[in-house]
Amino acid sequence: MPGWNRHSGHAVALPIHNIDTDQLIPSRFMSTRRKEGYGGFLLHDLRKDESGDDHPHFPLNRHRHASLLVAGRNFGSGSSREAAVYALVDAGIRAVFAPSFGDIFAGNAVNNGLLPARVSEDDYTLLVRILGESTEPADVALESGKLSVGEIEVSFSLDPSWRTKLINGWDDIDQTLQHVADIERHKTSWNQNAPWARPAAEAQRS
Amino acid sequence: MTAPSTLLDQLWSAHEIVRRDDGSSLLWVDRHLVHEGSHHAFAKIEARGLAVAEPDRTFAVVDHYAPTRNRARISDPKIKYMVDTLRKNARKHGLRLFDLDDPGQGIVHVVGPEQGLTLPGLLINCGDSHTSTHGAFGALAFGIGATEVAHVLATQTIWQKKPAAMRLHIDGTLGPGVGAKDIALNWIAKLSADGAQGHAIEYSGSAVRALSMEGRMTLCNLSIEGGARFGLIAPDETTFSYLGGRSYAPRGAAWNAALEDWSKLRTDDAAHFDREIRLNARDIAPTVTWGTSPEQAIPVTSTIPDPTVLTNGKAEAVRDALDYMSLDAGRPIEGTPVDQVFVGSCTNGRIEDLRTAAAVLSGRKAKVPGLVSPGSALVKAQAEQEGLDRIFVEAGLEWAGAGCSMCVGMNGDLVAPGKRCASSTNRNFRGRQGPGARTHLMSPAMVAAAAVTGTITDVRPLLKGRVG
Repeated sequence: MPGWNRHSGHAVALPIHNIDTDQLIPSRFMSTRRKEGYGGFLLHDLRKDESGDDHPHFPLNRHRHASLLVAGRNFGSGSSREAAVYALVDAGIRAVFAPSFGDIFAGNAVNNGLLPARVSEDDYTLLVRILGESTEPADVALESGKLSVGEIEVSFSLDPSWRTKLINGWDDIDQTLQHVADIERHKTSWNQNAPWARPAAEAQRS
Repeated sequence: MTAPSTLLDQLWSAHEIVRRDDGSSLLWVDRHLVHEGSHHAFAKIEARGLAVAEPDRTFAVVDHYAPTRNRARISDPKIKYMVDTLRKNARKHGLRLFDLDDPGQGIVHVVGPEQGLTLPGLLINCGDSHTSTHGAFGALAFGIGATEVAHVLATQTIWQKKPAAMRLHIDGTLGPGVGAKDIALNWIAKLSADGAQGHAIEYSGSAVRALSMEGRMTLCNLSIEGGARFGLIAPDETTFSYLGGRSYAPRGAAWNAALEDWSKLRTDDAAHFDREIRLNARDIAPTVTWGTSPEQAIPVTSTIPDPTVLTNGKAEAVRDALDYMSLDAGRPIEGTPVDQVFVGSCTNGRIEDLRTAAAVLSGRKAKVPGLVSPGSALVKAQAEQEGLDRIFVEAGLEWAGAGCSMCVGMNGDLVAPGKRCASSTNRNFRGRQGPGARTHLMSPAMVAAAAVTGTITDVRPLLKGRVG
């Protein structure tokens, strides 16, 4: 996964609270292989009517080139499905700005290079007002934690470990393999100190 | 003298291998539970040529896509592909698979505990947000995404930042017809669906101690619906007697050593919590959701919120939810007609849940169709031994096989567009039970009451003279 530090694109507002991962990608699409692409599933049932046609007024249908999303609180709550992040990333979204995020979603986002940026309620309201139903050119700077839309600039917060990971494009498995000796040591002492922690051989079923 | 510690502190330090300067901990994983949805993670380790590090601590369960009828021949090619992919991966990596015909098959969060895979003091991961369920045993259990599942498969460890500690203390006694589901919906409505984000919740107090393991699992299961990735309850005699003799639980000398260690797993009296919330069980009524987020829950005796009397931000969300749910503001929630009912899921698909639903339905007829899907094949067998299946069938409900079923609809058990379902599940999100489906979350007893009257109904009068 390539790292990134700055991104210039267009921002769009989706002023809805509690956009859960079932809405980000309905479960019926989740048996799709990763390489087939998930972008077309993003917010599928909000974007499309029963016959599969796009709702003309839905923000992401009006502004397909947008790469920055401003959304309401508790974005990505619910299921742990990483497919919700795949749908965003494959649709070209690089960052989501919201007052709060589902914990599992936010971790998944960072693991796929998507920035889950926390903004204050006031800045969220400001961004929604500025963007309205249109889209504006916007710039994100990860290092300084700033989002600029036209003349205004807002700060976002991000866990420092996630910032480093996004900037460097780090992969957790590579990081962990540097600790193989520590892991082995822990495993040995845990096996000794908590012998009950290993699964017992399966008891014969009656 | 060590500083006073919380149960979270104790579990965390027992599993911490290293801590980086940025505060991330590398934690040892004792049990890794995988299911059909883990296909992305298996593909990831395959792409890197990595093996499963600890196959003996990794267990595979068919649940999300498990057909609840005619499971020997799966007709839907997508479902068959998902189940076959898990079979292939389990075989390739030498994992114990609870396949569709296994007497231990079921929903992963029902199977883990009933097989004795879930134990106090363990760290348990699964690529499913309701992994918080296992915290009911005093285990550090949390849901993870596909990249993290791949990481656990490859290394048997996980990077995680320690959450803040929150205590939800519930004293008092629950009234008849009120259960763990009602406690959960109650606190989530109070604190909101993101109220506990970034926290691990330890549930304590006499009302929690009085809960069975089934009730405790329901409570911990729903932690994530209030934003908490972790729910915890200190183990006690209720925990130990549930686990004794389970298939994978320790035996003989190891069991005695385990009991000695597990008895010490408890928060010290002087330990500090970042946040403390207190509730009294006697204030909790049977609770139902009216909207499209679990926080949109009210006592069954109350009225549907009116957006015109709410402040701006909330009003819009309420209006949207009422529109989707096709409900009128200001009307009593009780008496709302439902089209169908569902009893099951990792939240409320255990034997005690089926017993409470059957206690309401016994000798009565359902006015609407419904599906009962036990949480596991063992729960199904137990229920059939107790004659509960007869009660459901005689009431007019369908008795099916075990799986996630209509909670998430991946196996084809769907609520049709526009239909209203009284459901013992965990999420009333838009489209969760099927595109356009309208879900009302409630306890299994309340679902049974809705079946009997065909409307959302206070279960309490229906329990008079019965053991609920």
